[in-house]
Amino acid sequence: MVKGQIETENRVQVQYRLERNKKDMRHQFISFLLMIFLTLVAFMAVGFGNFSAKFVIPFILVLASVQVGFQLYYFMHMSNKGHEVPALFMYSAVLVALVMIIAFITIIWI
Amino acid sequence: MSSYAQKRGFLATLWDYLTTVDHKKIAVLYLVAGGFFFVLGGIEAILIRVQLAVPNNDFLSADMFNQVMTMHGTTMIFFAAMPLLFALMNAVLPLQIGARDVAFPFVNALGFWMFFFGGIFLNLSWFLGGAPDAGWTSYASLSLASEGKRIDFYTLGIQISGFGTLMAGINFLVTIINMRTTGMTFMRMPMFTWTTFVASALILFAFPPLTISIFFLIFDRLFGSQFFNVEMGGNTIIWEHLFWIFGHPEVYILVLPAFGIFSEVISIFSRKRLFGYASMVFATVLIGFLGFMVWAHHMFTTGLGPIANAIFAVATMAIAVPTGIKIFNWLLTMWGGSIKLTTPMLYALGFIPSFVIGGVTGIMNAASMADYQYHDTYFVVGHFHYTILGGVVFAILAGLHLYWPKMFGTMLNETLGKITFWLFFIGFHLTFFVQHFLGLMGMPRRTYTFLEGQGLETGNMVSSIGAAFMAVGAIVLVINIIITSVKNQKVGNDPWEDGRTLEWSVSSPPPHYNFKQLPLVRGIDAYWIEKMEGRKEMTPAEPLGDIHMPNSSFIPFMISFGLFVAAFGAMYRPDYSWGLPVLVGGLVITFGSMLIRSLKDDHGHYIKKEELMDDSDKGVQA
Repeated sequence: MVKGQIETENRVQVQYRLERNKKDMRHQFISFLLMIFLTLVAFMAVGFGNFSAKFVIPFILVLASVQVGFQLYYFMHMSNKGHEVPALFMYSAVLVALVMIIAFITIIWI
Repeated sequence: MSSYAQKRGFLATLWDYLTTVDHKKIAVLYLVAGGFFFVLGGIEAILIRVQLAVPNNDFLSADMFNQVMTMHGTTMIFFAAMPLLFALMNAVLPLQIGARDVAFPFVNALGFWMFFFGGIFLNLSWFLGGAPDAGWTSYASLSLASEGKRIDFYTLGIQISGFGTLMAGINFLVTIINMRTTGMTFMRMPMFTWTTFVASALILFAFPPLTISIFFLIFDRLFGSQFFNVEMGGNTIIWEHLFWIFGHPEVYILVLPAFGIFSEVISIFSRKRLFGYASMVFATVLIGFLGFMVWAHHMFTTGLGPIANAIFAVATMAIAVPTGIKIFNWLLTMWGGSIKLTTPMLYALGFIPSFVIGGVTGIMNAASMADYQYHDTYFVVGHFHYTILGGVVFAILAGLHLYWPKMFGTMLNETLGKITFWLFFIGFHLTFFVQHFLGLMGMPRRTYTFLEGQGLETGNMVSSIGAAFMAVGAIVLVINIIITSVKNQKVGNDPWEDGRTLEWSVSSPPPHYNFKQLPLVRGIDAYWIEKMEGRKEMTPAEPLGDIHMPNSSFIPFMISFGLFVAAFGAMYRPDYSWGLPVLVGGLVITFGSMLIRSLKDDHGHYIKKEELMDDSDKGVQA
C-alpha cells in the first residue's frame, strides 16, 4: 500500500505533504516553547514568592499534566489518525487510576 | 493429535510441546494443565463437603480444613478457571479473526509456562510444611500472622502465574487489534473474540494492582517491610482494597469469556444470527468499565462509611443493566430459532436460569445494609458459586464440547456429554441452592464444622450429596474423553454443521499455519454468509504465497523455571544460608535466558508456496 502511494504521488500530493509538515513543525515549535515556559513557571512557583505547599504541589501537578498532553499530542502524534485504540486504553487507564487514587485518599482508615 | 503422537514417539512429542509456540498446541497445554488443577480443586471441594456432611465431623482437622478451603478457592480461580478459558481462547481466537497465530507466539508460550510453574509451586506446599491457610483472599493481618511458609507459597506462586496471565492478556489484546484479516472490522468480530478482548483489557488493568499487593505481602513476610503492619504504622486495609481492585475485575475476566462462549453456542444451535449484536458488544464493554468501580462491595462491613457504601452499592446494582441486556439478547436469539439440543446447547440453557439466580443474589448482596446480614455467611458462598460455577464452569464445559473437534479433530460422545450435563446440573443446584438458606440461618463461611440441633444438618447433607453428583459427572466426562480419544473418529471442517464463524471454515484440527490464504470477511458470521450463498469455502483475501511462521523455542520454559527456582530461594532465605544463592541463581537463569533471547537472532521459518500447493487441506502434517 505505502509503496504504491509513494510511486504514484503526484505534485499536488507532494505539495500537500510539505504544507502539512510545515504546519506540524509550527505546532511542535509552539508547544516546545510553551513547555519551556510552563517549566519556568513551575520553577518560579517554588523559587520565587512565598506560596504555600498546599498551592504549589497541586499547581505543579496541573502544569505537569498539561505538559504530558503536549508531549502526547504534538510530539508523539496522538492526534493523528490510527491512534484511537491507544487513546481509548490510555484514558481508561487514567480513569481506573483516578478512581483508585480517590478511594485511597478518602476511604482508607487506619 | 494422538495418531500424530504415535508416529513420532513419546520423547519427541514431549519436546515438541515443551518448545512449542503454536497457539493450538499451547491451547492443549493450557487444557491439560488447567484440567489437572481443576481435578485437584475438585478433590479439595469433595473433601470440604465430606467434612461438612454431618455435624461435629472430624474427617479433617480445623487446620487441615483451612488449608483445603484456601487451596480450593485459589486453585479453582487462578489455576483452573483462567487457564481453561485461556485454552479455549488460544484454540479458537486466532481462527475466529482469521490470523495465523497470536501476535507474540513466544510470549504466549512464556505466559503458559509462568502459569504452570506458579501452580506447581503453590501445590508443592502440600509436601513442604502445609498449604496456604488464610483463604483465597489472604487478608493481610491474617496472612501476616500465619506461621511457617504457607502464605509464602501463596504469594510467590500467584505472583509467578500472575505475570503469565498478564502476558497472555496483553498478547490477546495486540492480536485482536492488529491481526484481524481483511474485512474483519471490530463490529464484525464474533462475540467470543469481543468478550476475550474486553476480558484481556481487564487483565491489563486489574493484574498490576494484584502484583503490587502481593509484592507488598512478600516484602512484609520475607524482607521485613511493614506495609500492612498496623503497629509499625502500616495499614491492613490497603491489602483489602488492592486485592479487590484486582479481585472484582477478575470475576468479570472469568465470566465475560463465558458469556462469549454462550453467545456462540446459542447462535450456532438456534441457527440464527445473535440477536442485538451491537447491544451485546456495548453491554460487554460497559460491564468491563463498571467492573472497576465496584470493588468495595466486598468490603461493606469494613467500615468505609455510609457514603462510600452507598456509592459502591449503586454502582454494583448498575451492572445488572448490561447483564440483563445480555440475558434478554440470548433469549431473543433462541426465540423463533430452530433449536438443536446438543450438549453445548444444554449447558447454555442450564446457564441462563442458574446465572440469573446468581445475579439476583448478587443484587441482594449489593444492598449494603442488607449485606451486613449476608456477609461471611454461606449465602455469599451460594451466590458466587452460582455465578462462577453456573456461569464460568458451565461455559468451559460447553466450550470444551463445542470446540473439542476443532482442537482434536474428533467429536466427544453426545450421549455421555448429556449425562455429564444432567449430573452436573442437578448436582450443582443441590449443592449450592440450599447454601443460600444455610447462610440466612447463620452458618458462617469458612467454618470447619457445625453443631447439632441448629437446623443446619439437612441442608449440609443435601449440599454434600449434590457435590457427589458433580463428582460423578466429572468422572463421566473423563470416561467420555478417553473413549473419544481411543476411537478417534476424524471429522470434517464443520462437524456441528451449523458453524457460523471462521474457525469452522478450516480443517479440524487446522494445519499449523491455520489459513493457506487469509480469508476475506464480508459480514458478521462470515462463514455462514458464504454457506448461505452456496459456497463451501471462504473467498481468499490474498494470493497463495510463502507463509512466515515462528520457530519453536525452549527459552520460555527456562525463563519460567528460573523464577520457580528463585521463588524457593526467596522463601527459604530468612531461615537457611543457601536461600540467597538459590534466589540469585534462579534470577540468573531467568535473565540469562532473556539475554540469550535478545542476542540470538531468530527470524522464524517460511513454509514455501510449493509445499502449500502439494498439500490438500485435509491431513496436513501439523
